[in-house]
Amino acid sequence: MKPSAFAYARPRALEEAFALLDKHGENAKLLAGGQSLLASLNMRLAAPEILVDIGAIPGLDGIAVRGQTLVIGARTTHRAIERSEAVAKHAPLLAQAAPHIAHVAIRNAGTLGGSLAMADPAAEWPACCVALQATIVVTSKKGERRVAATDFFKDLYTTALGAGELITAVEIPCVEKGERHAFLELVRRRGDYAIVGLAARARLKGKTLSGVQLVYLGVGVTPVQAKGAMAALEGKTADDAAIRAAQDAIARDLEPNADIYTSAEAKRHLARVLVARAVAALVG
Amino acid sequence: MNDRIDPHRLDALAPQASEVEAPPKPGTTKTAKPAKTQVGYVGQSVPRANAKRLLQGRGAYTDDLKFPRLAHVVFFRSPHAHARLKKLDLSRAARQPGVIAAFDGRAIADYCTPWVAVLGHLKGIKSPPQYAVAIDRACWQGEAVAAIVAETRAQAEDALGHVVAEWEELPVVTDMEDALANRTVIHPELGDNICFARSFETEGFDAAMKKADLVVEETYGFGRHTGVTMESRVILADYNAAEHSLTVYHATQAPHMMQDIFSRHLNIPEANVRVICKDVGGSFGIKVHVYPDEMATAALSVMLRRPVKFVADRLESFLTDIHAREHKATVRLACMKDGTIVGFDLDDLTAIGPYSVYPRTSGIEGNQVVNLTGGPYAHKAYRAKMNVVFTNKNVTCQYRAVGHPIAVALTEAIVDLAAQKLGMDPAEFRRKNLIADDAYPYSFPSGLKFEKLSHHQCLDKLLALMDYTGLRAEQAALRKQGIHRGIGLAAMIEVTNPSPAFYGVGGARISAQDGATVRLEPTGMVTCLVSVTEQGQGTEGVFTQVCADAVGVSIDKVRVITGDTGVTPYGGGTWASRGAGIGGEAVLQAGKALRANILDIAAAVLQVDRATLDVRANSVVDKASGEERLPLAEVGRIGYFRPDTLPMKFQAELTVTRHYTPREYGFTFTNGIQASYVEVDTDTGFVKLLRHWCVEDCGTVINPLLVDEQIRGGIVQGIGAAMLEECLYSAEGQLLNGSLADYLVPMTGDTPDIEIAHVSTPTRQSELGAKGVGEAGTAGAPGAVMNAINDALAPFDARVRVQPFTPERILKALGKI
Repeated sequence: MKPSAFAYARPRALEEAFALLDKHGENAKLLAGGQSLLASLNMRLAAPEILVDIGAIPGLDGIAVRGQTLVIGARTTHRAIERSEAVAKHAPLLAQAAPHIAHVAIRNAGTLGGSLAMADPAAEWPACCVALQATIVVTSKKGERRVAATDFFKDLYTTALGAGELITAVEIPCVEKGERHAFLELVRRRGDYAIVGLAARARLKGKTLSGVQLVYLGVGVTPVQAKGAMAALEGKTADDAAIRAAQDAIARDLEPNADIYTSAEAKRHLARVLVARAVAALVG
Repeated sequence: MNDRIDPHRLDALAPQASEVEAPPKPGTTKTAKPAKTQVGYVGQSVPRANAKRLLQGRGAYTDDLKFPRLAHVVFFRSPHAHARLKKLDLSRAARQPGVIAAFDGRAIADYCTPWVAVLGHLKGIKSPPQYAVAIDRACWQGEAVAAIVAETRAQAEDALGHVVAEWEELPVVTDMEDALANRTVIHPELGDNICFARSFETEGFDAAMKKADLVVEETYGFGRHTGVTMESRVILADYNAAEHSLTVYHATQAPHMMQDIFSRHLNIPEANVRVICKDVGGSFGIKVHVYPDEMATAALSVMLRRPVKFVADRLESFLTDIHAREHKATVRLACMKDGTIVGFDLDDLTAIGPYSVYPRTSGIEGNQVVNLTGGPYAHKAYRAKMNVVFTNKNVTCQYRAVGHPIAVALTEAIVDLAAQKLGMDPAEFRRKNLIADDAYPYSFPSGLKFEKLSHHQCLDKLLALMDYTGLRAEQAALRKQGIHRGIGLAAMIEVTNPSPAFYGVGGARISAQDGATVRLEPTGMVTCLVSVTEQGQGTEGVFTQVCADAVGVSIDKVRVITGDTGVTPYGGGTWASRGAGIGGEAVLQAGKALRANILDIAAAVLQVDRATLDVRANSVVDKASGEERLPLAEVGRIGYFRPDTLPMKFQAELTVTRHYTPREYGFTFTNGIQASYVEVDTDTGFVKLLRHWCVEDCGTVINPLLVDEQIRGGIVQGIGAAMLEECLYSAEGQLLNGSLADYLVPMTGDTPDIEIAHVSTPTRQSELGAKGVGEAGTAGAPGAVMNAINDALAPFDARVRVQPFTPERILKALGKI
């Protein structure tokens, strides 16, 4: 378990990083926290010629509130997000989800941008970003572009990132009054990738739900919006009938893939259980 | 009662030096104290000496060793479960930077002869010859077919990518029932896929079973899993051509066994082979077997005349460390209406991969299941049938608690089912059937002999410890609220301190005896060399305690040395829960003999009757008054430097060696009982383990802290088997979860609190009275957890029978999917 030889560069500015990406093309890999990349190097699942470590580029980390938007730098660690008062106040879904990401030692290393760029379908941040209708800020030497989280995750480990682009920040609309969040995850051991997880969000007026977002992790090749279940709850009183309708819709919304321990059928069943629990948590 | 110990208070648990035989501080004058009852170390939670060193990062594991001209070997392993090697071209790999040599199996076979793992007392067991590096054919995914040696591990791994191999895939047998059907025979020269079969029936079995009022039958499955040691397998072999000698630094449990094997298979005189076992980071039975890649490493050192090291990386560990436990077994229990068990009937099938593992064989686990099923109970009728078959998966062999987790789970699950059918409380059903505490010595229907067990005392203690009645009331109350909790019991017996009946009688050159050499140093310190090894479990600490008590010195005076065939007495090492019971007795007898020799010198020096003297607190004292007569440092000084002052013809003997072999019983059986309390989420199939209890009778408890931690660690591995761990293979024989991301081991945060209590019935076979304890936790935990889950599922008329109990399996049992 030794990685094959690679070159290493630690640029001090974005422009330098872009130049390296330009020069090495697909043979270069960006290194942020190394949460997944270093393991795949050691197992020789990846053998890039050069690692471009973005750790020394200023301006890529930190959490700030700009107007009604929470801006989180791409290199911000999971742990920093978990411990941020601003996140707890303006994007409580992220604060709820963070403790589910692996273990503290890993959360100290792994980054938000790294997780989004990796796009593991069982990871927490991609589903949260879709549920929160976040915007991914993508930068290249041509400048910045903004991609809606809903358009960002294209396929298994595949995103809207093009050649020479990297994620620099994530913009999240600040939570509004009456908005509720729930993050639920089923794992056999704390810190494992989710068998099934659900990032849920809705506005609650009395007992009526609106603006419902139900985004699953671990059930497809990307985060999956359960659109049928969302529609079944939209504008409805959160009662047993509405929950049952949402559960019924899940059967049509999700085409889960089995993993080595859990069949597609079991995942679908668990997804139905989670939607009921999420609604209970949203109105609770 | 709560036996948990706060690790921050370890120091507080140590016997205070002032209370126990404090040596005088330098410069202080020691005044004679009135004699008082001597406090012994045996029975106290003395922190072990090596823990601080390991915690400070000053351990020396085999991989830490640096040698001049050290070369590193990696292996080119078969990507297929069964395939013929049509072409193997190592020439390009051999030319890569840093590569010293690349060899195929034939080249290595010139230096290392193959082996066949059979034993005479396992009648009919068969296995084909196995080579250090496979020749022409690979029989499981991960079997090595070439070795590459380079200046660094990274260079060797780089070169692996340049090996050219062409394979012809052969039919693969992965399912054990397919293997038993012999449609495809893996080793045609053996005739069939059956490695070993055994059947057994007590006289009048059928007639006895026919008289029963109730017969219950179920079939249980056990996933194949593995040991996952923190330190992976590692070996550094250093051949010295000038002496034709081989020094092997090896993370092993059995240095003398390996010395013999290196000697015979590499054709080097035994006396020229030295095996040194540095610190070891866990073994659990994984490191007591002969691994082909390790034999190849030793052969490569001979071939290249330089030190060569192999470290299994984690991916290789999953592919090649022995697996264990793949069983499918049907068990029947017959009983009377009043709950009296009449008999058990067992049909077990287990698969072991393509080779029986050398030298202990892979027939032992199945054999143990036959021996032990029904073990705690007083029935007379027993029938068993067992088949051990070859498959194209990694090999299996003895892993912690060998066969016990299967036998206990089978027995205890069917016992619970019978109790349920009769409407009896499972604790009462056990009380009715457990062998009475005054029935010993006892002959069990499978032929085992029990010296003295304490099932009823253990059951009573457990029920009180866990507040069984209160827990049942809580369970009933919570059920009304839709919370489904279950209580599971598992009584057990365990093989410990094996006699030569285990391996030696079958022709295995594995020592059943162990030895200890104890030496008084000139300053009054004591060096103790023991043939049992330290695997990280604290063996050396236990020997320190026994030695200090036996000689009469304070524990800080004792240094224990293990794990070096060049210096310790000959012995078996660490396996089958034998280290403390056998090695400890050898230390005790050696220490006592040294004490006697010390008194001989003192009597000569003091010119008093030897019977009036004793050794206490590092001094020879007057036995009656306790008054100090001669410090041990003075005994050492005279014995070594001024023997001229001793009487003519008196020779001081300040080094003694003693050995111990258990002979009276085949095994020194122990017993115990565990309980598990779980909550099942019937919507998700997830199980929360709430509490776990164990009452164990391992005879003399030498160090309660270490004993309890052995039990806890064992329980956690048993929980792993029940809930998480399984080596999953595809139909093509590909391991699907060979990494720590995918193969799930229990994590501390998910482990319940474990409460432990003891009943102590010392064995009378030895003076120390210690039985083994290292495997008890693993033996009983899976059965207790299975019964607890099934108890929780009882209102739904659902049962789970296949370990591990994944959410998927529980949801299926509940009919949710």
